[in-house]
Parts: sequence; C-alpha cells; structure tokens
Amino acid sequence: MTQVGGHHTERVRQRTHEGFLRHKGFRWAQIASLICLVAVAIYFFVAARLAEPPNGGSWLGYILGVVSAGLIVWLACLGVRKRVITAGHYSLKAWVSAHVYLGLSLIVLATLHTGFQFGWNVHTLAYSLMMLVIASGALGIWAYATLPQRLHGNRGETTRKQMLEALESLDKQLHDLALPLDRAGAQVVRLSLEETELGGSFWRRLTGAYGNCATSRALRQVKALPAPADPRQADALEKIETVLQQKADVLGLARRQMQITALLEGWLFVHIPATFALLAALTAHIVSVFTYW
Amino acid sequence: MAEVYKIAIVGSGPAGMSAAAHAAKKGISHVLLEKTDHLSDTIFRYQKGKHVMATPSVLVLRADCEFDAGKREKILAQWNEDVKAAGVNVRFNAEAKAITGEKGAFTIELTKGGQIQAENIVLAIGTQGNPNLMRCDGAGLPHVQYQLDDPGEYTDEHIFVVGSGDAGIENALGLAADPAQGNTVTILNRSADFARAKKANVDNLMAARDAGRMTIMTETSPVLVEPGWITVETPQGSSRYKCDRIIARMGASPPRKFVESCGIAFASESPSAFPALSPTFETTKPGIYVIGALAGYPLIKHCMNQGFDVVEFISGVTDLEPADEPLLKEKLQGLPGRRSVSEWLEFLRSRVEILNGLSPLQMREFLLDSEVRAYKPDEAIFIRNDQGSSLFGIAEGSVKVEVDPSNPNITVPIGEGSIFGEVGLISGRKRGATIRAAEPTICVEIPRMAALKLMAQVPEARDTVNRITSERQVLQIFKSGLTPADIQEVLAGAEVMDVKPGQAIINEGDVSDDLYIIRSGSMIVEKNLGGKPVFMSYVPAGSYSGEMAMIERAPRVATVKAAIRSTVVKLPADPFRRLLARKPELAKRMYDEMKARREINAFIEEQKEEFGGAVDMYSSVANFLIKQGIGEATDVLLIDESLCVGCDNCEKACADSHDGLSRLNREAGTTFANIHVPTSCRHCEHPHCMSDCPPNAIRRGPDGEVFISDTCIGCGNCQRACPYGVIQMDKPPPPKPKLWEWMLFGKGPGPGQPDYEWRKKASKGGAGGESPKLAIKCDMCSGKAGGPACVRACPTGAAIRVSPDAFLSVARIDRGAG
Repeated sequence: MTQVGGHHTERVRQRTHEGFLRHKGFRWAQIASLICLVAVAIYFFVAARLAEPPNGGSWLGYILGVVSAGLIVWLACLGVRKRVITAGHYSLKAWVSAHVYLGLSLIVLATLHTGFQFGWNVHTLAYSLMMLVIASGALGIWAYATLPQRLHGNRGETTRKQMLEALESLDKQLHDLALPLDRAGAQVVRLSLEETELGGSFWRRLTGAYGNCATSRALRQVKALPAPADPRQADALEKIETVLQQKADVLGLARRQMQITALLEGWLFVHIPATFALLAALTAHIVSVFTYW
Repeated sequence: MAEVYKIAIVGSGPAGMSAAAHAAKKGISHVLLEKTDHLSDTIFRYQKGKHVMATPSVLVLRADCEFDAGKREKILAQWNEDVKAAGVNVRFNAEAKAITGEKGAFTIELTKGGQIQAENIVLAIGTQGNPNLMRCDGAGLPHVQYQLDDPGEYTDEHIFVVGSGDAGIENALGLAADPAQGNTVTILNRSADFARAKKANVDNLMAARDAGRMTIMTETSPVLVEPGWITVETPQGSSRYKCDRIIARMGASPPRKFVESCGIAFASESPSAFPALSPTFETTKPGIYVIGALAGYPLIKHCMNQGFDVVEFISGVTDLEPADEPLLKEKLQGLPGRRSVSEWLEFLRSRVEILNGLSPLQMREFLLDSEVRAYKPDEAIFIRNDQGSSLFGIAEGSVKVEVDPSNPNITVPIGEGSIFGEVGLISGRKRGATIRAAEPTICVEIPRMAALKLMAQVPEARDTVNRITSERQVLQIFKSGLTPADIQEVLAGAEVMDVKPGQAIINEGDVSDDLYIIRSGSMIVEKNLGGKPVFMSYVPAGSYSGEMAMIERAPRVATVKAAIRSTVVKLPADPFRRLLARKPELAKRMYDEMKARREINAFIEEQKEEFGGAVDMYSSVANFLIKQGIGEATDVLLIDESLCVGCDNCEKACADSHDGLSRLNREAGTTFANIHVPTSCRHCEHPHCMSDCPPNAIRRGPDGEVFISDTCIGCGNCQRACPYGVIQMDKPPPPKPKLWEWMLFGKGPGPGQPDYEWRKKASKGGAGGESPKLAIKCDMCSGKAGGPACVRACPTGAAIRVSPDAFLSVARIDRGAG
C-alpha cells in the first residue's frame, strides 16, 4: 500500500493502436504542412517586394537557414534517441513521426533558403546531400509501410534461430545418410554440406543471388546419379534427395527473410552516411558563409 | 532395569534431531530413536544434489544444529557433525512399535525387540515414513517399492509407476530419460487426467510418450501383483503385463493408526487432519508431545525451532518466548493500545470474525504473514483502481466505502469484526472503491496467499468470506441504492460454481432463466450464426450475464462459456424478478444495460449479413487472443505485424532497462492475422508463477505488474509453472561500457542484450565470480515513470500493451490501417 494517502498517478500507457505515420491523427503531418505553408506565404509576400529573390543572405533567408540547420541537427539526433533507453516519458514512435514529417518539410524550407540560387560550390553540395538524405528517407518510409507484411508473412511462426537449427539438423541427417554411399554419392552430399552459403555480403542478401547454390546443384546431381545396385545405397540415395529438397526449401525461406530484412535496412546504408556527409557539408557551409560574408 | 530417560524422541528428522541436540546441550537424559541407519531419512531420500530451501526467510532459527539453504549433501553432513558435537544419544535401527504407560513412566516397544523407558515422549516422525500403500493382492511383494532414490540404478527392466502426482511423474521420467538404460516404463493413473501434477511435468510426460519412451495408461489401476507380472484393470477389461518392478507414489499421510494407538486424539475425522495440540505441543495424552510435519509444520525451520521449544517446555520452562516473538513484537510496535504480543493475538483473534477459529499457534503463524495497521479518521486504506489482492479485517473501529466515484460523500459503512477487500482477493481485479477509516481504526491486512491458507485451514473463515463476497458483489454490480437487506432473498438461493475453461454456463436455445455473476475469471459470449459460432463479447469478472432470459422469460439467445478457469455465482431467477419488481431503479438500470448489449448483438448479426468475412475475422481474432491466455491477462504486449519492421528495438530497450537481460522474445510466440503475441509476460489475474514460489518472491506491484523480488532463490518453480514460457533462468551479464563509448569508439557490445560470447569474455576478467541464475521476467518497467520501455522504444507503433477491456478493440482493427 505504498500510494495510500498520496495521490495515485496512473503511468502513461501507449495503448493507442496507430502506426508512426498516423501518430495522434497525423499531428506532425499537420504541423509540418503548416510550417511549410507559412514559410511559402511569407517568402512570396517578401519576394514580391524585392528586386531579386531573397537568398540565405537576406533576413528571411537567415531565419530559414537557422531553422533548417536546427532541424537537421535535431533530426540526426534520432539515432541517439533510439539507443538511449531512459526511464522518462518519451515515445520513439512520436519521434519517428516527427522525424518523417519535419524531415520532409525541409524540402520546402531549405529550398526557400537557397533563394533558388544553385552553383558548383559547398553550399549547393550541402543542399544536394540534404536532398539525398531526404530521398533515401522517403525510400525508408516506403519500406516501413509496405515490407513488414511480407517479412512476417514469409516467416510465419518460424524464428530465425529455428531456421538455422532446421538447417543444422538437416545437415546432420544428410551426413548420417551419406555413410553407406559410394564415393560419387558422398561427393554430392559433401558439396551441399560444405559449400552451401547463407547470408554473406549485404549485396548478396539483398539480391538473394547465391549464384549456383551448392544445395540446388547437389539436388540436381543426386537426381542424375545412376541407381546403385546395393538396395541399402538406393534407399539412402532416395532419402537424401528428399532431405536435400527440404534443405533447399528452408534455404529459400531463410534467404527470402534475409532479403526482406536487407530491403528494410538497405536505405539506411545511404541515409546514415549521407547524414554524416551532410553534417560536415553543413558545417563547411555555415563556417564559409560567416567567414566570407 | 534399564535407564529411564527424561525424554525419548522418536524420529531424527529436523524436528527430532533439534530436540535431541537441545536436550543434550542442556544435559537432560535423553534418547533419539531412528528407524533407519542414518539421521533424517526424509532429507536423506531427497534426490542427489537437491537444493534444500530455508523458508520462511523472516523466521529466526533457534536450534543447536545449524541450517541454511544449500545442497542436500552439505546439510546432512552439517547435521551429522552437529549431532556428534552435541553428544546426542542416538539409537539407529530403532523403530517404535508401540507406546504404553503414562506420563513419568512410558514404555516404547521396538520392532526389533527391546524396550525404552522414558518419562516424556516427543513424537517427531513426520509423514513421509507413512506412504499410502497399494491395496491389491501381492502388494507386499519385495519388488513393490515406495521410493526411488536413483533412477540410474535400474537397467533393462519392465517398470510400472503407480500414481499421477508430481513424484510419480518425475520418477517415471527419470527412469525413461536415458534410452541406453533400456527400461520399459509404464505409468498408471487411476483417473483420466493428471490434474494434481504441475503442468510442466505433465507436458514432459506427454512429450516422453509421444517420443515413444514410455506408455501412459489412464483410468487404470493395479489389481494383482505377482513375481514378474502385474495385472491391471483398464476401461476395456483387465490385462496382464510383464513387470519387474513397481514404484508406487500415491502420497503420504499422518500415521494415524500408530499415533492413535498411543492414546492421542486428532483434531478432526478428516484423513489429512493432524493431532490436537496444546500451545506447548502436548497432545491429549499428557507426557507425549508432537512436533514437526506430524504437527502440521512441514518446513525445516519450523521443525527445528519446535524441537528446541519442546525440550524447554518439558524441562519446565513456561514463559519461553517463541522464536518469532521479536518479529511479532517489531510488527506490532507503534500501534496504539500498549498490548503485549499475546494480548494482540487474542485481541485480533476474538475481534475479527474470520480469525475466530484459529488456535494460538496458528494465530502466531498467521500474523507473521500479515500486517496490523492503525488508521486515523478519513485516512485512506486503499484507493479505487489500486492494484491489490489482500484481505482486510477490522479489529477496532469501522470504515466507510465510497461507493460513488463521482461523489466521495456517498459512503457505506463496514463495522468492527467484518472484512473488506475480498473482491480483489478473489477476482484479482483492481480495487472497486476507495475505503477510508470512519473513526480511529485498527485493521489487519492479510496478503492473498495467507488469506487463501486461512480459508483452506478454517472452513468457517471460508464460508464467511464467500457469503460476504457474494453479498458485496451483488451490491457493487447492481448498485441502484440496494441494501444488504434487499438482496437476502436472492442470496439465500445463490450457488457458487467452479467452471472449467471452455465449459458453458448458458447454452443458446436452452430454456433457463438464472442470472450469473462472474466472481473470478472471465466468460466469452458466442452466438451461432449460419452454423458457425461467432464471438459476441467478453464478460470480465465483476460483471453479470444471463439477464435477457431472466427478464424476458425467453430461451437463451447466446452461449456463455468460460474463457479460463472461473468461479460464478448462480442467482435464481424468481427471487431476482421479485427484487426487480420492488426496485424500479434497478429494473431500469438492467433494462438499459440489456438494451445496449442487444444493440451490439444486433450490430454484429447485421454485419454478418453484409460483411460475413469481416465478422469471421473479428471472432477468430478474438478467439485467438483468448486462446493465447489473454482471457486471464491483465496487461499483454501485442505486436501488429503490419507495422513491425523487425528492428528488435523493443528487446534492446527491455535489456537496457533491466540489468542487460531482455525479458521478451519478439520473434517467438504465435501469430494470427497480423497480431503477434510475443513471448512476454501477460501479468495474469491469478499468476500461475505465484502458485509455488518457496520464498514468496513473486508479487503484484502497484501498477498491476507481476514481478519477482530479489528474494528469488533460483529454484525454477515459476519457470515450470508458467504456461506461456515467459520466465527464464539467467544471471545478469557484467556491466557494459557506456553507450557513448560504444558510439564513438565501438567499445562493448552496444545497445541490447550482449551476446553470450561477450558475456563469457567480460565476466572472466571481472571480479565476483559465479553468480547464481535467478528467475527473470517482465516487470512492466515497474517504477519507470514513462511506462514499459518496449512500447516506448518501438519506432513504428507496432508494439502496444493492452488490458482485457481494450484487446477486443485491437481485434476489431481495420486491416487497412497502418
């Protein structure tokens, strides 16, 4: 009875069943759109009274620049936020939702900041990198919105560990079944046991191209082997064919799982490095602007 | 003439041994009789290496032998040493056959001949020496045994295990564990299922059968034992099997015949009753004392303390302070009234109705588990929606119940001697109302386990609690200004019923009109539409069902069946109809609620016509969730697979907020139509894990979380008891380098649970050595203001936590949402 006497506060529970895009009835989409609308309205209101469009050097451009740079730094902080598990009130979903919509709003804010003046310089480099980050992020939104169904549909209730255990157990069976075989037969089994590849480089996982998969080759070769005269060997060979087929199926499942996972994280391989490049270019942009202004 | 001992102690278990050691220390002439050739046969017969626990941990050990939790071997060696050091006069291989004589001149006759003369006798023979025996012909043959010390001893035998409890199952599994032993094992069960055994044991048994390692014969009992053969009676008739060994594990009971033959009376006729005892452990036969398991105290610490105490009593000490006296003194300190411990015990016992039937000894033990508190007028005892499952008894003063949450001035009094909080105790749900002291009040708070024990020990207490519960529940459910007097007629015909999962209390189409109140558990309502049962609604504990047929006198419109094991109260229809006629306010209230329920039913039926698929979907998702144990959950983690990107941030967050170990396995668990139930605690209403926790380390916290406190001894009972596999045994990994060190310099394993390799390497370098594996499970991030980390750390909103009232809205999700 610890709370007797004092007032009892129910802790925050995120019970609402809403995805990050719909979070709180598209709250961040609305905020981001409003920011963009206000920025565009002011821009054209101001631009109408000036000889040339207001670039980063004007008071409006300065404001837009400060806001955009601040946003970029804050957006980059998501990487820290997601890893620091603190006890307080925060929701990573809300952060992601804000990250997505405020990130998209940069397309408008930063473009207005440029005053539509581009060139072969560090300023435009920073702008291009930012657009690259946003484009890869958009790819991420697409992946997060569409791939989860496929990811879970593929694996059903099988976990990654179970897939690997299944492969291990099938390999053990293959090994035992191959004992009575002659040299040629054993060679085929060995091919599957020793040369089957799973995982590997990101590219390989993404494409799911395992060239000539050793197990598929072994399966083809087993079928092509002449029927042995010894009934024990014939029996073993028949079983090996079934087990190889099972192994090929499990491999297919595991490789598809890896492929979808790779798709889900592939965009990050552009998004994150580009973010760091952007932060560097942004620093150069700001320093150079203040030095040569 | 042989020596006449001052005390003869029969049985050298913890109780007898402790008595003998204390007698020896005091220089009292004594003899310790042990029927085997070693001390403490019950502990000796534990399987090798068994971890023996020292509970209750709050109890102080007062004995001349040492005892601490540890391995069987270590404890036995310690005792042997202690007994030798104390100079105890032990007679091994001395089994008492009969006890005759009177106080001051008893004669104990031994089975192997010879007699012992003693002035006083302490019986500490426990119950294990008296296993329930097989009754068929041939049961006396040497290959029938009642104990299995080492399953590895037997090879290439046909073995029959008789008994369906844990001991029998564990023996059978042990004998069949190693195929190389070549045993053919069969387990016989008199009934159809293994209801008395732990679920994990039954699962293992079924798995062993499915793997072809043993045979299970149910509804079968042995009828004849012959050398090499056994004949059993099965439902199909009797048959004879080859059989080299029979292991009978059918429980043990107090050796009543022997005890009664000494002139000692038992407390009741019940087969599980214990001898009637005075506060000094003296039986109805002056001069004979009973302590330990035979007195009803199976825990080693109790036994050893009683051994010490009984010797003090026999040597004439009358004012011995019980070992728990300081604990009770501390507990009762600071309460008004300046009473001594024994005055307090008597005060509570005589004032609180449900405690009336306790003996002074039981009262002491009861109070060790309970708390006595004094409240000032208007002080809150508990608040509405608090989590709590303890029962309160009012020893002095009275309390007021705030029945209307919107107006705290409307209260109902509960007076001295009565109880409150019983709904939380029985249903496991949150407190239904705020209760404050009406005047200076003294209450005793009885935790759930202690209250259940009390109800099991004292039938009057159980009846009182049941009666008050039904009355209050009816008042609370129907409100409408009803008073206890109004509902007496309805309650007179009330019947408390236990319902098995899946069992229907109401069948669609039946002509019956009783009303049901769900006391514990929950019900699901189904209606047959187009030949298929369609899920309509979920009825939680503290709600009612069956009112439509009662009010309209029409056949039942839907089937109501238990989602989990439940208790319902059946209220007869006619007195209730008369009540409705007398109370128009209640009638209006029930009509309104009925109308609302009918609208939902109509809506679903209508949907069925238009979007048959959608309704099927809804009812199958709802059924899936209930099958997953969510019917008994209070808070469960669900993952919407249309949103989950598999980043495992939930697991990482869990590990990082709990000593580096994740209590959740996202990938594992079952899935149905986008909803995945990961392997993670559901915080059940009546947690299975709590059922057998020796140190009572599993508790329910203020937010409803079921957590394991640091008094866990790592016995693994909870892990085996959990039907959802959410408890693991593990030890915390060594601390990781700081997160920024990982981010900047790549030091350590990064966020989440470190992998096994890293843990092994890191713990080698560190000091501290091996820490024991303890049970770990979700504690719902207890004490963290932001709530459960798994949900907070989900980037896409796939992870949600729901309570039973909310999970059906999850089931109703539009599949296109995301």
